[in-house]
Amino acid sequence: MIVSDDLFIPMRKDNLNAEAIVRPQLTFWQEAWLRLRGNKLALMGLVVIILLGVMATIGPMISGHEYAKQSIIMKNKPPSETNWFGTDDFGRDVFTRVWYGARISLFVGLTAALIDFFIGVLYGGIAGYLGGRIDNIMMRFVDILYGLPYLLVVILLMVVMGPGLLTIIIALSATGWIGMARTVRGQVLQMKNSEYVLAAKTMGAKPFYIIRKHLLPNTIGIIIVYVTLSVPSAIFSEAFLSFLGLGIQAPMASWGVMANDGLPTILSGHWWRLFFPAFLISLTMLAFNVLGDGLRDAFDPKSRR
Amino acid sequence: MLSFVFRRFISMIVTLWLIITLTFFLMHAVPGSPFEKEGKALNEAVAANLNAYYNLDKPLLVQYGLYLQKLLQFDLGPSIANSSDTVNKMIARGFPVSFQLGLISVVFAIVTGIALGVIAALRHNRLIDYLAMIIAVIGISVPSFVVASLLIKYLAVEWKLLPTATWGTWQHVIMPALALAFGPIAIIARLTRTNMLEVLTQEYIETARAKGLSPATIVLKHALRNAILPVVTLLGALIANVLTGSFVIEKIFAIPGMGKYFVAGINNRDYSVIMGTTVFYSALLIFLMFVVDVLYGIIDPRIKLHRKESEG
Repeated sequence: MIVSDDLFIPMRKDNLNAEAIVRPQLTFWQEAWLRLRGNKLALMGLVVIILLGVMATIGPMISGHEYAKQSIIMKNKPPSETNWFGTDDFGRDVFTRVWYGARISLFVGLTAALIDFFIGVLYGGIAGYLGGRIDNIMMRFVDILYGLPYLLVVILLMVVMGPGLLTIIIALSATGWIGMARTVRGQVLQMKNSEYVLAAKTMGAKPFYIIRKHLLPNTIGIIIVYVTLSVPSAIFSEAFLSFLGLGIQAPMASWGVMANDGLPTILSGHWWRLFFPAFLISLTMLAFNVLGDGLRDAFDPKSRR
Repeated sequence: MLSFVFRRFISMIVTLWLIITLTFFLMHAVPGSPFEKEGKALNEAVAANLNAYYNLDKPLLVQYGLYLQKLLQFDLGPSIANSSDTVNKMIARGFPVSFQLGLISVVFAIVTGIALGVIAALRHNRLIDYLAMIIAVIGISVPSFVVASLLIKYLAVEWKLLPTATWGTWQHVIMPALALAFGPIAIIARLTRTNMLEVLTQEYIETARAKGLSPATIVLKHALRNAILPVVTLLGALIANVLTGSFVIEKIFAIPGMGKYFVAGINNRDYSVIMGTTVFYSALLIFLMFVVDVLYGIIDPRIKLHRKESEG
């Protein structure tokens, strides 16, 4: 074998960088957003939710009517230039009432979801993190509550507390946090025993650091998805209760109340009184549901459904 | 297995007791007497007699004891708004109707939902798949009372195919059952599709194909069996969904079922009826959940029947 000099040329410098990461590193949020952006349906849901929010804010103001103003002459008028969505059997402007109802329905949905979030994450997080006997007791309690039929309990609470905005929110959150607590607890428990948390512990990480750096970022995706999906279920429950006469009371309006009032119009032909609230309930639920699905795919690509 | 059933049974009893207690004390926490109507106070002697008749003059804990005692004999007590009627009689009248409607809806939802999910999975990413999933998303989003209104509007009022409301012949069942089943169909279809897609990639499906089995046998005998297992876990929640959902549907279609008595009870503030129906329905639901849990353990031998510590 001939050993020539050209076998001993020093390696070229620029090849040494081959393992360096060229693309900028993405944070957890950037990555999730990148995936969400590719999901047209979820983006549409997001846009619809924003539009609904905007209309709920400005809608009752731009129509030039008041939501509770009654007028006998203007009774049951079809949509026209002055009353864009027509009027109801008290002569109230449906356009104004629908967006006023949007405020109430969205408020109920968002507030109930937020309360569920705070109680659920705290309860589930503590149970999962502490583990052992405390976890056992806390979860036994949740298991029993979980067996209660949700809507019946809510109806019962509404009957006792009397109808109203505040009582609806209390009744919905009284049972709504349970699912969230179970999810968070399961997630935390699973992660607490994982290798990287053990590694962090052996390197002397304090509990708060582990919660902040490891447990929270890995649970946040699931939590956000859960919150997004609990908004429509709260809105739905509110509509359901209002439909049974247990919800918001006149002259206030929510979509459920308006749909209930508009029910006889199937026969009378005043379709606009039922159509607009019913359509908006469905649209809102649809928007939150597709956004929730999209977020689930974005935060957790492994569990694609 | 037995210890699992036993533990599950104990937890069922505790949940049941909890809801009975909760219902009882919540109902008695309401201020005022159930006999006062629109501020009109009753004659004192009459009120005393009524209170004695309904045991309302005794201390709360004694009343609670009496209530539990009666419950053990399956006696849900008299109605307050209509003293000649009892909650037991109402259930005897209303429940068969609700049960019939509920059963038809649940069966319809399961069959349609699974069929839709399987078809969507087999034609993955094709037109039918997208259509089925659009139906599923709409089904989850549109409340049952909206579906019911649309059905009445078109099937009954415009095209006059079916009777608008009330109960009696088989034609009366179609619209309420459809409206009730719409949401559950969507949920089942989505779940079935997801599971089916996952199962179809498994190796034993490949093996079945290599053996030369027909596609129908593969789907029905090998894939579907495993794919619908998770649907069984959903059954409890599904039945709860249909039963409570039927309150609204029964109201819309003027069906003389349990929902009618329950909603009337709410409107009259007839506490014994609300209490009785809540306890009855809760007992029914909790029992069904128990049955579903046990069934699931029997059907799927892979499932460990002992609760693991890490289970969510």
